Amino acid sequence: MTMSDEQLLSSDTESSDDQPAPTPGTDGLTDSTDIDTGERSATERTLLEARDLSVYYGKEQALDSVDIEIPEKQVTAVIGPSGCGKSTFLRSINRMNDLVDAAHVDGELVFDGKNVYDDDVDPVALRRKIGMVFQKPNPFPKSIRDNVAYGLRVQGKDDGDVDEKVHTALERAALLDEVEAQLDSSGLDLSGGQQQRLCIARAIAPDPDVILMDEPASALDPVATSKIEDLIEELAEEYTVVIVTHNMQQAARISDKTAVFLTGGELVEFDDTDKIFENPEHDRVEDYITGKFG
Amino acid sequence: MATDTPTDTDFGQVSRTKDVAFRLLALAATLVGIVSLAALLANVAVDAVGWLNWGFITSPPHPDPYEAGFLPALVGSIAIMLLIALITFPVGVGAAVYLEEYANDGLLTRFIQLNIANLAGVPSVVYGLLGLGLFVGLLGFGYGTVLAAAFTVALLILPIVIISAQEAIRAVPDSQRQASYGMGATKWQTIRNVVLPRAMPGIMTGTILALGRAIGETAPLIMIAAPTTVFGIPNSFESKVSAMPLQIYTWASYPETEFQYGVVAAGVVTLLIVLLTINSIAIVIRNRYQQRT
Amino acid sequence: MSQPDFSHDGIRTARGKAFRYLFMLCALLSILTTVAIILTLLVDAVDFFAEISLVEFLTGTRWSPTNEPVAFGVLPLISGTLVITVGSALVALPIGLLTAIYLSEYASERRRAYLKPALEVLAGVPTVVYGYFALVYVTPALDTFLPLSTFNALSASIMVGIMIIPMVSSISEDAMSAVPDSLRQASYGLGATKFTVSTSVVVPAAVSGIFSSFILALSRAIGETMIVAIAAGQTPRLVDVTDPAGLFLNSIQTMTAAMVQIGTGDIVGQGEAYKSLFAVGLTLFVITFAMNLVSELVASRYREEYR
Repeated sequence: MTMSDEQLLSSDTESSDDQPAPTPGTDGLTDSTDIDTGERSATERTLLEARDLSVYYGKEQALDSVDIEIPEKQVTAVIGPSGCGKSTFLRSINRMNDLVDAAHVDGELVFDGKNVYDDDVDPVALRRKIGMVFQKPNPFPKSIRDNVAYGLRVQGKDDGDVDEKVHTALERAALLDEVEAQLDSSGLDLSGGQQQRLCIARAIAPDPDVILMDEPASALDPVATSKIEDLIEELAEEYTVVIVTHNMQQAARISDKTAVFLTGGELVEFDDTDKIFENPEHDRVEDYITGKFG
Repeated sequence: MATDTPTDTDFGQVSRTKDVAFRLLALAATLVGIVSLAALLANVAVDAVGWLNWGFITSPPHPDPYEAGFLPALVGSIAIMLLIALITFPVGVGAAVYLEEYANDGLLTRFIQLNIANLAGVPSVVYGLLGLGLFVGLLGFGYGTVLAAAFTVALLILPIVIISAQEAIRAVPDSQRQASYGMGATKWQTIRNVVLPRAMPGIMTGTILALGRAIGETAPLIMIAAPTTVFGIPNSFESKVSAMPLQIYTWASYPETEFQYGVVAAGVVTLLIVLLTINSIAIVIRNRYQQRT
Repeated sequence: MSQPDFSHDGIRTARGKAFRYLFMLCALLSILTTVAIILTLLVDAVDFFAEISLVEFLTGTRWSPTNEPVAFGVLPLISGTLVITVGSALVALPIGLLTAIYLSEYASERRRAYLKPALEVLAGVPTVVYGYFALVYVTPALDTFLPLSTFNALSASIMVGIMIIPMVSSISEDAMSAVPDSLRQASYGLGATKFTVSTSVVVPAAVSGIFSSFILALSRAIGETMIVAIAAGQTPRLVDVTDPAGLFLNSIQTMTAAMVQIGTGDIVGQGEAYKSLFAVGLTLFVITFAMNLVSELVASRYREEYR
C-alpha cells in the first residue's frame, strides 16, 4: 500500500484525493495482493486467534473447531458458500452470538492474549473495542450527527469535542464532503451507499481496535461498492479489519489474508489471499474458487 | 472454559447498575397492575363467602340484605346477551366479509375502516344516549326494555366484532381461495365453502369475547333508563329488564355494611364467574381450532 | 358437436351481486351508526342551546341541572374530567410504557406468553367492578394515611389508571416490536447495554406508536363512566389547581358521572336537564372522537415507518 501511516493517524485530515488511493485492478488477482502481503508480513502480529472454536445454535453446529490467527492491521476476508458459518464466526469475535438465546460456544477466541469467552469478560466492554458493520445499512432514525456520536455517547467518550470526533469519523469514512452541509438531517435520507459509509463512520468514531464487516457491500450498487472497498483498504492502515463476503472478486481485491469456510462451519484453508486464489492446497477450495461448487 | 494464555488485555467491566435497576423497575411496573387486581379479587372473593349461595342466585332483590337475590339481574343479563349475539354476529361477519373479500382499497373502504376504529373508542355512555334517542325515543322500543338494551349494547360491541372477524378472515391463506377459484367456484361459493368455514373458529372466539365485554356494560343501560331494580324475570322483548352490573351499581350505593361488603361482593363474584365462563368458552374454541391445524 | 358454453349464468351473477350488496350494507351500517350518534346528540343539543346559550354552557362555572337555581356551566365537569384524566395518566402512562419495554426487550418468550394475557385481564374486568373496588377497598385503605373523603378523585384515578395500563402497554409494545432488529444489533455492536439499547434506540424509534397509545388511553380515561360515577362522587366543582392535594382527596364530578346522575334520576318529558344530557354527551363525543382520530392517524404513520 502506498498511503503513509502518518497521514491517517494524524488528526490533520487531508483528503485522500490528494494522494492517489490504491486501486487494485478488478481483474488482476495477483498484482495488488502480492505487494500487500509482502510489505506487511514483516511486521505481522496476531491480534485475534481462534482456538478450537465451535459454535452451536441449539443442537445444530454452526462452527466446527476453528483454528485461525488473524493478523493486526490487515484485511482478513472470510469467504464461503451461504450457511457455511462465516457470519457466525464473525459474530463470535465480538460475542454478538450471546444475544441469541440458544447459542453456545466451545473453545477460545483470544483477543490480544485474552480469551474473550473467559468468565470475567464483559461482552459489552468487549464490543467497545470491536466495531461492527452490518450487511444491510442500519442507521438509527436520528440525524447524521447523532448517528456518528451514538457510540461516543454510549461508551462515555462524549467528553471533549464530540463535533470534532464526528467530523473526523465522517472524513475517514469518506462521507464528510457529501454530508457536511446536512449533519442535522436524518441518516435515513441518505442513499444506500452513503448510509453504509455512515454506519462505518459510526463504527470507527469510538476508535475501536478491530472492525468486523458482515457483507457490507452486498446490498449496494457497483459504484457504492467500489467506494466501500477503497475505504476498507484505507481502514486497514489503522484497524484490523475482518470482512465476511460472498463475493470472491471482492475478497481478492481488498484482502491480505483469506479464510475459506465450507459447509458445516469448517475452516478449510487460511492463507495469504494470493495463495488462496492462485494455488490453494485443497481441491475443495479450488472447486469453490473456480465456481465448481457453492 | 480454561485458558492457558497470559492475559495481557483487560476489557474492563461496564457498569450494569442502571441496567439491572431498570430491568427490576420495568418488571415491577409489569406486575403492579396484575398484583393489585389479584389482591382486590381475593378481597372480594373472601367477602362473598357466606353471601354467595343458592338463595342469592335464585331470589329476587330485597331491601333486607339477608333476603336479597340476584336472579332477575342474572337472567336479564343473559337474555340481553343472547339477543346481542343474534344481532351482532350476522351483521359483524357480513361487514367483515365485505371489507376483506369484496372491497377494493379505495377511499370509501379506508373511510369505513377508520370509522370502525373510531367507533370502538366512543365512550359507552355516548352509546347510551344513542339508544335513548334512537331506540327508546324515535323507534319506541320503550324505556329499559330487553329490546332497547340489546340493540344499544349491540351497536357498542359491533366494531369489536367486525375487527376480530376481519382478522380471522385475513388469516385464511390465499392459496385456499385460489384453489376454490381454480375449481370454477364463484366468489360467493368461495366465501361460503372455503373462507367462512376456515375463519369460523376465529370469528366465534372474537364474538364471544365481545359478548363478555357486553355483559359488563353498565352506563348504556343507565342511559336508556333500565330500571335499577327488577323483581321479576323478563318474559318478552318488551319486558323491563335489569342486568347484573346495573344491580351491582344500585346495591353499591346502599349504605349498609351488609350490602357493601356482602351482597355486592356476592354479585360481583357472580358477574365475574359468568364472565370467566364466557371467556373460557372462547378459549376452548380457539384451542380446539389450533389443534386441528 | 356444439361449442362449449362459457356464457354468464344470469341467476348465479344476480345472486353474487345480491350478496355483495348485502355485505356492503353491513359495512355501511358502521357509518350509519356514526351518523346516528351525531344526529341524536345534535337534535337535542340544538334544542338545549336554544334555551341555554352555547357561551353560557361553555364558560359557566356552576353545574346544577336539577336543583334550583338551575345552572348549566360545563366547566366544573370538564375540570373534574381533567383531574381524573391527569390522575390516571400519572398511573398508566409510566407503568404502561415500562411494561411495554419489559415485554418487548427483557421478557423471555415464555414469560411473555403468560404476562400478556394476564395484562389483558386488567382491561376485561367490568368497570362497575372497578368502581366498587375503588369505593369499598381502595378508599378505606388509603384513608388510613390520607385525609380522604368517602368519594374522592384519587381512588377513582388509580382504578381508571390500572384499567388503561394494557391499552398503553399493548399498543406501545406493538410499536417497539416493529422496530427492526438491525437497529438493536447496531447499538449492541457499539457496546451498548440493554438499558441503553431500550432507551436510546427502541423507545425513540417507536415514539409515534407510544404517542398513539397515550392518546388512546387518555381518551378512554375521559370517557370512563362507572368507576368515576361510583367512586369519585357527584360534586360538580371548578377545581382549584393551586391546591393539587385538595383536587384528589375530595369528591368531584366528571362529565360522564353527571350524565349518569341525570340518567338515574327520573327524567320526565323533555326538560332542560334531559336535553343537557345530550349537550354534555356531544362535548364528550367531540373530545374523544378527535383524540381517537389523532391516535389512529399517528398510528398509521408508525405502521408505515418501517416496512
